Amino acid sequence: MNRAWVTIFKRDILLALRRRSDVATTLFFFLIVASLFPLGIGPEPAVLSSIAPGVLWVAALLAGMLSLTRMFASDFSDGSLEQMLIAPQPLPMLVIAKVLAHWIVCGLPVVLLAPMIGLQYALPNDALLVLVLSLLLGTPALSLIGAIGAALTLGVRGSGLLIALLVLPLYIPVLIFGAGAVAASQHGMSPEAHLSLLAAFSLLSLVLAPFATAAALRISVE
Amino acid sequence: MYVLGDNGSGKSSLLRLLCGLMQPELGSIYWQGEQVKHVLEVFQANLLYIGHLNGLKEDLSPIENLQVNMRLAADHAEKSDVLDALEAIGVGRCANLPVRVLSQGQKRRVALARLWLTERKLWILDEPFAALDSASIDVLVARINHHLNNDGMAIITTHQDVVISAQSTQVLRLDL
Amino acid sequence: MNINWFKYSSPQTFYPLAGRMIPWFAWAASIFAVIGLYISFFIAPTDFQQGEAYRIIFVHVPAAWMSMFIYMVMAGWAALGLSLNARLPAMMAQALAPTGAIFTLLALVTGSFWGKPMWGAWWVWDARLTSELILLFLYLGFIALQSSIDDPRKADKAGALLALVGVVNVPIIYFSVKWWNTLHQGSTISMGAAPKMVTTMLLGMLLMALAFWMYTIAVALMRVRCIMLERERASDWVKEQALSVGGNT
Repeated sequence: MNRAWVTIFKRDILLALRRRSDVATTLFFFLIVASLFPLGIGPEPAVLSSIAPGVLWVAALLAGMLSLTRMFASDFSDGSLEQMLIAPQPLPMLVIAKVLAHWIVCGLPVVLLAPMIGLQYALPNDALLVLVLSLLLGTPALSLIGAIGAALTLGVRGSGLLIALLVLPLYIPVLIFGAGAVAASQHGMSPEAHLSLLAAFSLLSLVLAPFATAAALRISVE
Repeated sequence: MYVLGDNGSGKSSLLRLLCGLMQPELGSIYWQGEQVKHVLEVFQANLLYIGHLNGLKEDLSPIENLQVNMRLAADHAEKSDVLDALEAIGVGRCANLPVRVLSQGQKRRVALARLWLTERKLWILDEPFAALDSASIDVLVARINHHLNNDGMAIITTHQDVVISAQSTQVLRLDL
Repeated sequence: MNINWFKYSSPQTFYPLAGRMIPWFAWAASIFAVIGLYISFFIAPTDFQQGEAYRIIFVHVPAAWMSMFIYMVMAGWAALGLSLNARLPAMMAQALAPTGAIFTLLALVTGSFWGKPMWGAWWVWDARLTSELILLFLYLGFIALQSSIDDPRKADKAGALLALVGVVNVPIIYFSVKWWNTLHQGSTISMGAAPKMVTTMLLGMLLMALAFWMYTIAVALMRVRCIMLERERASDWVKEQALSVGGNT
């Protein structure tokens, strides 16, 4: 039972390694979006550091969302998804394997790159640390919830835009807690409450989202 | 059992219903006297389904693809076994190339190589003979006959005249 | 295909039933609305702080109630449809969504009408208005998903699942927005500072809520009838229906 889980996880990582450009696009998107704001707003360090939590979190959110359509699309079009659905394996576990692989490929690089962009936004060191921590806790929830949207829009025309409409409202709590944590530490307050709420939200999505995604996949493949 | 019918007559849909990929609006599907949805795991452990999509990843080699698919289906296969299976259906040469460089017929044969690796009782094959040359069809027919003669079952859709010699072959003709 | 009617709650029998119920709910809606509006505009006292402008809450508050309530009802129908694999509940969910979205929009617009004289701005990032805006997004997502899937049965199921995911999330979103609001609020402006309720005010509001309720039922039934005709256009009873309507006129 575990073997199938590991197999799917390894396969997705291997596929990502063979198509490295996909990973790079997500990362570049994050970089570009985050670099546009100073150009639009001006280089005032005080202004930049006050908008940094929100801007960086929104950029991370959009970058993650952009890569969602790819999560199940190729499995759907080449028939691997059918094989996953009829396999004598618990589907939610396979979903978790795919989401984890997606997060490592598309989420983790953003988390690691974020502090460098934070420096450009004149964030102080403790805020940078909280930024990384909040992204680390929050981006898995983005992948988990995004998976539901990706599964629901499989094979639907215009799925790229539709996925944004479905998933972004559900991302709001993550954005509020995540950006709030960074802002709190900037203002010299403890980010603990925000981070715990963020972790709680991620845990809740870990428990519920794989089941919803599995159900959505069955609906979409039918 | 053969399922015959014109394009769009519902052959593939019937097979997908049987596999549990689609839910019937009405009626139930039984496996050994039990409703499939009640004995889903037993049923799935006895089922091998190859749809009109091959279920192969373009960026992986046939060997990698088959190993993934086997493990997903909770079957075990050594690399040498997989190689033998690919040999048997005549695509042994391509075993380490990425699937995307193979021709349509070669991809189909890679997918069908699973038939040599499995002990599953029930085979559900959607248009297995499509895109195959006559030599491969003969090999495949021989394999299916062997399966049927060993208490296996196969449900196959086709619009070609392929003769499977095993006894108790049934034909279901779907007409609109 | 004809056997389906017996197994599932049948559109064939529901269609005429809905037709008979619509006038009753429509009349009830009009009567409640007339009394409710009369009370809110002529009987309810002028607020000593907010003057006459506050009267918009007789529309705003019931609309906001309905917008949330309809989402819950919609999710309930969706869950029923998904668990029973039945078509009528899914159709009801689909029929309710536009009405819910309209009430959400109404709550937003009236909220900003209220905000202009109270706060001097058309839009304030108040916790309730923000939640209402997010609710509008959820409705629009549901409608967009359903309308972009061609196969109606698939659209039903996908929409139902989305509604259920949404309903789990709504409380969390609401909580997070409130949390965000309390942290970021400099001045204390909030919709919570509504005028102190007098009994007549409460009565006006309740009557308006009832009117909206009846309106929702009437409109949802009308819409569900349209959906039925559209989806079952190949079946015998729709053809008979078309013939009988054609014969009358």
